[in-house]
Amino acid sequence: MSSESTPRPGHDVASAQSTDAAADAGRTALAGGIRPRRFGAWYVAEHRFRVMRSYLQTVIATGIGNPIIYLYAMGVGLATLVDQNLGDDAVDGVGYLAFVAPALLASAAITVASEEFTYPVMLGYKWNPIFFGMNASPLRPTQIVDGIVISVTIRMLVTCGIYFAFMLVFGAVPSPLGFLAIFAALLTGLGFGALLMGYASTLEEDTGQLAMVMRLVVLPMTLFSGTFFPLSQFPIWLQWIGWISPLWHGTELSRVFTYGYAEPIWLTVAHVLYLLALFVLGWAWARRVAVRRLNR
Amino acid sequence: MPAPVIVATDLVKRYGEFAAVDGISFEVAPGESFGLLGPNGAGKSTTMRMVGAVSTRTGGDLSILGLDPDRHGPEIRSQLGVVPQSDNLDTELRVRENLLVYGRYFGLPGKLVAQRADELLAFAQLEEKAAAKVESLSGGMKRRLTIARALINDPRLLLLDEPTTGLDPQARHILWDRLFRLKEQGTTLLLTTHYMDEAEQLCDRIVVVDEGSIMAEGTPAELIRRYSSREVLEVRFGSDRNAEAAERLAGLGDRTEVLPDRILIYSADGEAELERVIDAGLHPITSLVRRSSLEDVFLRLTGRSLIE
Ligand SMILES: Nc1ncnc2c1ncn2[C@@H]1O[C@H](COP(=O)(O)OP(=O)(O)O)[C@@H](O)[C@H]1O
Ligand SMILES: [Mg+2]
Repeated sequence: MSSESTPRPGHDVASAQSTDAAADAGRTALAGGIRPRRFGAWYVAEHRFRVMRSYLQTVIATGIGNPIIYLYAMGVGLATLVDQNLGDDAVDGVGYLAFVAPALLASAAITVASEEFTYPVMLGYKWNPIFFGMNASPLRPTQIVDGIVISVTIRMLVTCGIYFAFMLVFGAVPSPLGFLAIFAALLTGLGFGALLMGYASTLEEDTGQLAMVMRLVVLPMTLFSGTFFPLSQFPIWLQWIGWISPLWHGTELSRVFTYGYAEPIWLTVAHVLYLLALFVLGWAWARRVAVRRLNR
Repeated sequence: MPAPVIVATDLVKRYGEFAAVDGISFEVAPGESFGLLGPNGAGKSTTMRMVGAVSTRTGGDLSILGLDPDRHGPEIRSQLGVVPQSDNLDTELRVRENLLVYGRYFGLPGKLVAQRADELLAFAQLEEKAAAKVESLSGGMKRRLTIARALINDPRLLLLDEPTTGLDPQARHILWDRLFRLKEQGTTLLLTTHYMDEAEQLCDRIVVVDEGSIMAEGTPAELIRRYSSREVLEVRFGSDRNAEAAERLAGLGDRTEVLPDRILIYSADGEAELERVIDAGLHPITSLVRRSSLEDVFLRLTGRSLIE
């Protein structure tokens, strides 16, 4: 540009004007990049919300229906049975409902994660390849990934918030610090979800890998994460599954907040760090794949 | 000379050892309509992606609006409209919504985007389909919607990768009409096609590309003048007699091309050549005299047809 903008001797007026025009085009372009560079990820999130609107019923049904059904079933059904047999401090010194509710909350976040970070991501590269469309606009590949993370975070926050409200209604939160469990759940969903997103980004063909992940990872995870009974019920040689499970870490963390579940402080810190690490890892993975796949 | 919108110099794109684009150079001036004409696999889409600042070049220089795509991708893309070879509309959204979300990517205010969306739906003759699902559109409508989407940011340069491939003739003509309007309004167009009639209709200037290299450059008329004769006589003898007839016709016209199903005789006067064919005692099953086209230019340059 600099060599072009200094008119050479002997150049006529017309070419001097055209150099101005070129500089002008360059300046307009530079200005055009400012907002997308700054807010691009939010524009992607906006897009995702518009898409979510089309399955808003499902979002509402799972957001409100799930806590009612599960908390009712656990609180009135199973909890009554357990507490009748074992007393009001049935499990871990609290009633069964108080024990299971924070785990259900963390599971709800995992459910949102496994809806939003899997097929929508694979589709965006393949069957409804909107990521390529976004990438042709001023958006950058990393912003596309960030925008998805933002939109899912917000949906997850709303879902967990509603869930928590119902927990309060059902009297499942003894501790005044209980609301922190919302963030524990969020961290659980994001930690696990980011890994799902990274993996879903790598899928070039759909040969049922995601369905397999649901069946072999997500479902069994609930059983081995101390959701319905403490992990310590398992023999020690099976407990490692819980230790690597993001859901176990998230569940324990939620319990610390909702009823002051007693565990060493280093372990509480470890839960947070572990989930954060998964989140950062998965996010960076998805960003890397996006840069590679969208730049052909 | 106005400052060019695109300057490509020895542009190269390799995939491993294979060079999909193998050192091509061209310039596009503002307001110009420039075409890349070439068969499948010539490297047209790869070139378009590099110009679109979404594919990093392996070698050479590239400047779009005076900026280097390696450094100023988002800035360049903020000034482009892109119609990719295969549509990537969001099928989970409605027709108008596709324009709304896309406009926002450029950081444009929602109100402005909404207003432009309505104007562009009118331009694309899709007003009645505003609330329709994308899936319910015909191929031609989807293409028009993609073009409308590409115009949402009022781009300085519109990239069209095979805009009418796969459309029926009527849909193609509607699309050409829209593109012609844009051209008249002074929009700079870079388009690829493997249809010579499309290149002739829409392009001020074209380059013929094959296997990643430029074979020739010029206006359609120039290319035809330079690489072909004014007229072409096409004669058919049936596939079993084709080769034998070709031997006997050698030397007629400026030159001849033997295709599997017919023989082309290039000449300023096709009718006169036909008389000579008949004088030679040959009786073609069918004969046709037509003007030379870019198809002939391509055949001359590569020895192959554009569309196999
Ligand atoms: N991402 C890619 N990886 C490997 N090879 C590619 C890729 N994209 C294109 N090619 C190859 O480069 C060549 C040119 O492709 P393309 O630019 O799509 O041609 P055209 O658009 O002219 O039909 C083809 O042989 C194609 O197979
Ligand atoms: Mg192509």
